[in-house]
Amino acid sequence: MLTKRIIPCLDIKDGRTVKGINFEQIRDAGDPIELGALYAEQGADELVFLDITATVEKRKTLSELVNKIAHRINIPFTVGGGIKTEEDVSILLQNGADKISVNTAAFLDPTIINRFAKNFGSQCVVLAIDAKCEEDNNWYVYLNGGRKKTDKLVTDWAKEAVDLGVGEILLTSMNHDGTKQGFALDITAQLAETLSVPIIASGGGGNEQHFYDVFTKGKADAALAASIFHYKEVAIPDLKQYLHNKGIAIRL
Amino acid sequence: MNTVIIQYNAGNIQSVLYALERLGVSAIVTDNVEAIQAADKVIFPGVGEASTAMHYLKERGLDQVIKNLKQPVFGICLGMQLMCAYSEENDTTCLGIFEEQVKAFNPTEATIKVPQIGWNTISGLKSDLFKGVNEESYTYFVHGYYAALGNHTIATTNYVQPYSSALHKGNFYGVQFHPEKSAKVGEQIIQNFLNL
Repeated sequence: MLTKRIIPCLDIKDGRTVKGINFEQIRDAGDPIELGALYAEQGADELVFLDITATVEKRKTLSELVNKIAHRINIPFTVGGGIKTEEDVSILLQNGADKISVNTAAFLDPTIINRFAKNFGSQCVVLAIDAKCEEDNNWYVYLNGGRKKTDKLVTDWAKEAVDLGVGEILLTSMNHDGTKQGFALDITAQLAETLSVPIIASGGGGNEQHFYDVFTKGKADAALAASIFHYKEVAIPDLKQYLHNKGIAIRL
Repeated sequence: MNTVIIQYNAGNIQSVLYALERLGVSAIVTDNVEAIQAADKVIFPGVGEASTAMHYLKERGLDQVIKNLKQPVFGICLGMQLMCAYSEENDTTCLGIFEEQVKAFNPTEATIKVPQIGWNTISGLKSDLFKGVNEESYTYFVHGYYAALGNHTIATTNYVQPYSSALHKGNFYGVQFHPEKSAKVGEQIIQNFLNL
């Protein structure tokens, strides 16, 4: 049976993990390769590396980093952050990334989804959506790392993107992100039940029960979290054992 | 030992190369016919689309070369599908090493996603390719088409329906999942192939 996936996310700046903290098991928690390898060892099903570097050398440092990650890590990984062109994608895939994720650039020019899917296959194109529920109770798409609101409904954008060829959707609820109060179950379920591609839920995971809820009530195919893993508030092996014991299909 | 990865217009070649490196094996990535024929082990990787890949192989005569190899050959994902007789993906005649047919996943329930992306179990394991690998081990899959069950099935996975997650005939082996991305289980399977 196809399992639900647990995906730690590592934010990268200038080749280093942001919010990297003290792990006894590894020498340097700021090193994304070391941290990624530790998570892989602990049973993470995939990894996401999100590059938030804003320098001109970004492309080169990122491709070098991806190459080192690919040498070391024996599970699939996605790379995102500022990807705009076929050349960007090609370099990352050639260096060993399995998937790339796009967000603002795809919203501003949806044809890139279509072009990326045609050239590299839908399976490697992940659409990241930053979503916020407003006072009118509708979920809207936000851009530029959540700084810019749009008038587009999340459900509309997700559907359009699937039609254009994205292979997966990474949905982050800005309302829930950082709260550790649980994932956005309603909007996650709404996308999961209506779209033909897997939904990765992100934002709000604070304890084991929250992951159980997002896989059952939220119908998510995968769940992503960052700081709770980095700060060892939830250990991946314990989380997976918990989910397995509760009857969720999970890889132990 | 001389291990060759066949170079063609498909993805994941680097990942396979790096996985071999982690096992201490340096492989050559090439589309050179003599080099492929002279190799002790040949790996035929692939992420991509069937008709485009077959077209590329035929143009270079690699289709005949691959079919006639005598040493152990290991097809991965699209590589395995191309070793089958036929693929529904753009109505493509494939290499015909395995008689099995490649079909599109066609789920009747809307909640079942296509392509299948993620970790699923392999069972009914046969052949030395799975030496030391437990029944119901998890491996990583990314695919929208599958090889039907047949005489050459040496591993079965269930998604929409049971299908061949590995095939074997003579010196030819194929796996639908990505051993290069399947953690320790995948490494064991690659090592087993290298040990054949």
